[in-house]
Parts: sequence; structure tokens; C-alpha cells
Amino acid sequence: MSASPGAAHPAALALARRHRLRAWEPIPWVLALAFYLAFPKHLGFGTELLVTVLFALSLDLVLGYAGIVTLGHAAFFGTGAYTVGMLAKHGIWNEPITSLILAALVASAVGFGSGLVLLRTRGLTLLMLTLCTMALLEEAANLGHDYTGGFDGLDNLLIAPLFGVFEFNPLYPTTQYLYVLAVLFLCFVFVRTLVYSPFGQSLTGIRENLLRMPAVGAPVQARLVVCYTLSAATAGIAGGIWAQANAYVNLGTLGLDRAATVLIILVLGGHGRLYGAFIGAAAYLALSHFLAKIYPTAWQLGLGLLLVAIALFARNGILGMAETLWHRLPLTRAAS
Amino acid sequence: MRPPLLETRRLCHNFGALAAARDIDFRLEAGARHALIGPNGAGKTTFVNLLTGVIQPTRGEILMRGRDITGVGQAERVKLGIARTFQINRLFRGLSVLENVYLAVAERLGAAPSMVRPAGRRRDVVDESMHLLETLKLTDDAHHLITELPYGRQRLVELAIALGLKPEVLLLDEPAAGVPSAESHIILDAVDSLPRHIGVLIIDHDMDLVFRFAERITVLVSGSVFASGSPGEIGANPAVRDVYLGHAGHG
Repeated sequence: MSASPGAAHPAALALARRHRLRAWEPIPWVLALAFYLAFPKHLGFGTELLVTVLFALSLDLVLGYAGIVTLGHAAFFGTGAYTVGMLAKHGIWNEPITSLILAALVASAVGFGSGLVLLRTRGLTLLMLTLCTMALLEEAANLGHDYTGGFDGLDNLLIAPLFGVFEFNPLYPTTQYLYVLAVLFLCFVFVRTLVYSPFGQSLTGIRENLLRMPAVGAPVQARLVVCYTLSAATAGIAGGIWAQANAYVNLGTLGLDRAATVLIILVLGGHGRLYGAFIGAAAYLALSHFLAKIYPTAWQLGLGLLLVAIALFARNGILGMAETLWHRLPLTRAAS
Repeated sequence: MRPPLLETRRLCHNFGALAAARDIDFRLEAGARHALIGPNGAGKTTFVNLLTGVIQPTRGEILMRGRDITGVGQAERVKLGIARTFQINRLFRGLSVLENVYLAVAERLGAAPSMVRPAGRRRDVVDESMHLLETLKLTDDAHHLITELPYGRQRLVELAIALGLKPEVLLLDEPAAGVPSAESHIILDAVDSLPRHIGVLIIDHDMDLVFRFAERITVLVSGSVFASGSPGEIGANPAVRDVYLGHAGHG
């Protein structure tokens, strides 16, 4: 097979090798484990960060790879959170791992159903419809007081110990941190495999030229619905695990605030780059933490200014900026 | 008698009050080298869009080998063997040349829905894409992004994507448009060396190209077939000379 023509061409090699693990890829995971050991008092923050990374990763799949611009991704985060919350609060089911699987299934069902309708539209219409879907779910959660707790949400959720052994303690979230880290890792492996597959390649084709894809015989609509459903499932896992880690669910999980924040995080970190979710979430949470400390009354102004700067000067986010700098280094240019 | 490869019967399409296609009866035989010419606004690209399913006809029908495909969608028609290039490049601009062709080949080989195996490990798709680039002398550009290529090379990629679909009907919408004349021979050579069994319909304003390439010419004026015949007949037809050839030279 290796003697086949063109296989040794740089372009073919680049395509054949791009899915391989790069030397720096273990770094985020090592850092996450180091964080666990170094900052045992900040594991609550760490857990929030990891959940945010997972949520941003799910958005990257639709926005960064398939080019679906959505402002309503919290619809799936919230669906996952409420699935876990309602099952636990009403004493139906509270085993954490199976609850997460249920959260993923329910969120993917919502993603599939709404995707079938929404993804027939493009651009601004699509953006508004994603927003509307989320608003409808939020209002439904608000009105279904008996089941969802309405405006107050559901608190003091009793989550069964992980594997029947490790307790979830909201004050000392050591179990939560490692649990979220493990789930994030599994979901990351899934998303990474997907984006480097021929399916992922066809998603980038849709992103790069929506009109050409049908002319190469691609069922664009079906591909987008599948992608949207898988992304919704991942977002549902993020929401479900957030509910488990915090032992409560509220309307905020379905809100525009959360949907907009995750979009900002992804744009900040760099979309369509897998690790943009990591960089963006870390930068956003660290920055808002830092800014809120030094300037408690108007800290969001700092974030706003940063976002303007990113939109004007670094369209591909922090990672995109880093890539550009890296390629400009004389050393790396000589090597390539 | 075998039905023609592609056929239209009284095909009509209206954009509001404008009739862009009027009762077009057209046949493309297997192995044909057919040209479609006509002044600007004659409805040539509309006709290609009708044949490929981008737009639905107001009336009339389209048949492939005698089978009615009027209601068949765009992507399914590609699977039936109808491919096209676009008058204005429609490429995957942020991807490499190889990836552009890969997308087309992956769809045809049925690799595209696969979610597990890395794209680069589909050696069948990669090898065939590289082979195709080689035949179009694009090998040296395989790793370049589309945005890094001069327009003439981009036109070749446009053709490469269509050929990656191994079509039986190939519709070339002004394949050499916008290409500097010094480079246009590359496109023409590529068109000349297409597999003989493919039915090719080429749309162009360039009369040298049309008369060199075509074995049959259809002239479209205001959405209707004005004349149809061999290059000799069309070239000698005074009415065609009057409406079209006399004004040749502008595009």
C-alpha cells in the first residue's frame, strides 16, 4: 500500500498525520491534574471551568466545524441539567453516570427535533430561531413549576455516590472535579475523533462552501442535523454534570446569558480548533475573576473591550493569534 | 433505440415575469461533446441549474436515460452521475487543494458519513484524489490553500472537484472564464483529455474554444433554443451569425 502514487506527497502526508497526537496535547490534561493537587481549595472553580470547557467544546462542533451560528446552545445545556435535576428531585433516578446518559439522550432528542426544523434556514433567521427555541424552553421551565421548580429551580439534589462509593460534597468538590475531568476527557476524545473523520471533513466542507456541497453529492441537511444532534448530546452532558456537581438547577442553565457567554468563550479561545474551548474558558473565567476583584462595579467593561479587540484584530481568537505568531518564527518557517 | 443520456422536454422556468427557459427540448448523448452558446442573459446558466436540480422547472421534464429525474434533488442527481463546474469558482477556500478534491471523492466512494476512522487513513480516497490532481498537473499545489492559488489554478481545482465525482454527464459552465489566455490552454487540454464516454456540455463565450471542442452546438436566445446543429451548420447559419456570432468578442 505504501508504494501507491502520491502517498508520500506533503499534502497527503499532512492529511494522513493531522489526527495524530501532537507533543503538546497532553499539556491541558496534565495541568488539570496539577490543578487538583495544587489548589485543593479552588476545586469548585476548577469544576466550573471544566464544565465550561465541555460546553464550549460542544459549541465548537456546530459553530467551529459545521459553521452553524447559534445563540441558543444553552437550550441543550439546560435540557441536560433539568433532566438530571428532575429525575433526582422527584426521586426517580439519581445514579450519576446513567443520569448523564439520559441527559445526553434527552438533549439529543431536543437537538434532533429542533435541528430538523431550524437547519432548513441560514444566517440571521437561523440565529433568531435558535434563540427562540431556547427562550421557549426557558419559559416552559418557568411555567412548569410543579416539575421544574419554576423560577426558584430545583436545589438540594441528592445525587447518589459515584460507583456507589465516592460522595458528591458541594463544599469539598474533589469527587466532582475528577468526575468532570474524566467525562470531559471522554467527550473530548469523541469530538476529536469526529472532527478528524471523513464526516468531520465534510462538516468543514459545509462550513467553507455551503452551496458547493450539494454539488458534490453531499446530503447537507442530514449532515447538519446529525452534527447538531451530537453537539446537543455533548452540551446535555455538560449541563447534566453541572447540575450534579452543584446539586441544583435553575433557569439560568437555559438562559441567553449562558448561551452568549459560551459563544464569547469560543470566539475568545478560537473556534474550529478543538483547544480553543480550553483556552477560551480558562482565559474568560480567570479574567472575569481577576477583573471582578480589581474593579467590582464595572468589571464587564474590561471583558467587553477585550472582545472588541479580538473581533477587530484577532478573528481566530487567542489560539489563532498563537498559530500566526508560531508560523512567523524564523525557526519554524525554516523547518517547514 | 436507446434513450439519450440526458434529455429535457419542453422545459420552462420563470423568474417572476421573466421566462429564463422556454420550452427547451434538448438531448445530450453519451460521449457527446456538446456546446451551449448564446448572448448574455440567454438563460445558459439557468439551464445548467435546471439540469443539476439547483432550481426546479416551472414546467416540463428532465430525463436521464429515459428515467424522469425532474423531482430528484441536487445531491441525488450527483449520485446519478451529473456533475458540474461553476461559472464563478465555488471552492472550499480555507482548505487545501487535496482536501477540496477529497470532499468530492469521499462522497462518491461513500466514505463521507464515516465518523471513526481518520480522514487521512482512507487511502482509497487520498490516493484517488492525488491521482486526479496528477492528471490535472496540480500535484505541486496539492498542499496549498485555495486562497494561495492564482485564479487559473483555482479553475483547475473547480474541474478537479467535478471529475472526482466520476460523472457520466459533465456540465462545464464557462470553464476558462477569468483565466489569463496564457494559462487557458491548461484548461482546454484538461477538457480535451476527459474520458471519452462522458457526455460533456460546455457553455462558453469563447468561440475558438467552442468550435475546437464541440461536435454539436445549441444556440440559446432569450431562453429558447434558437438553433442546433454541427459546428459547420451553426457557423454557416446566417440567423445565428446575426444574433450572436456577429457580436462575438465581448463576453
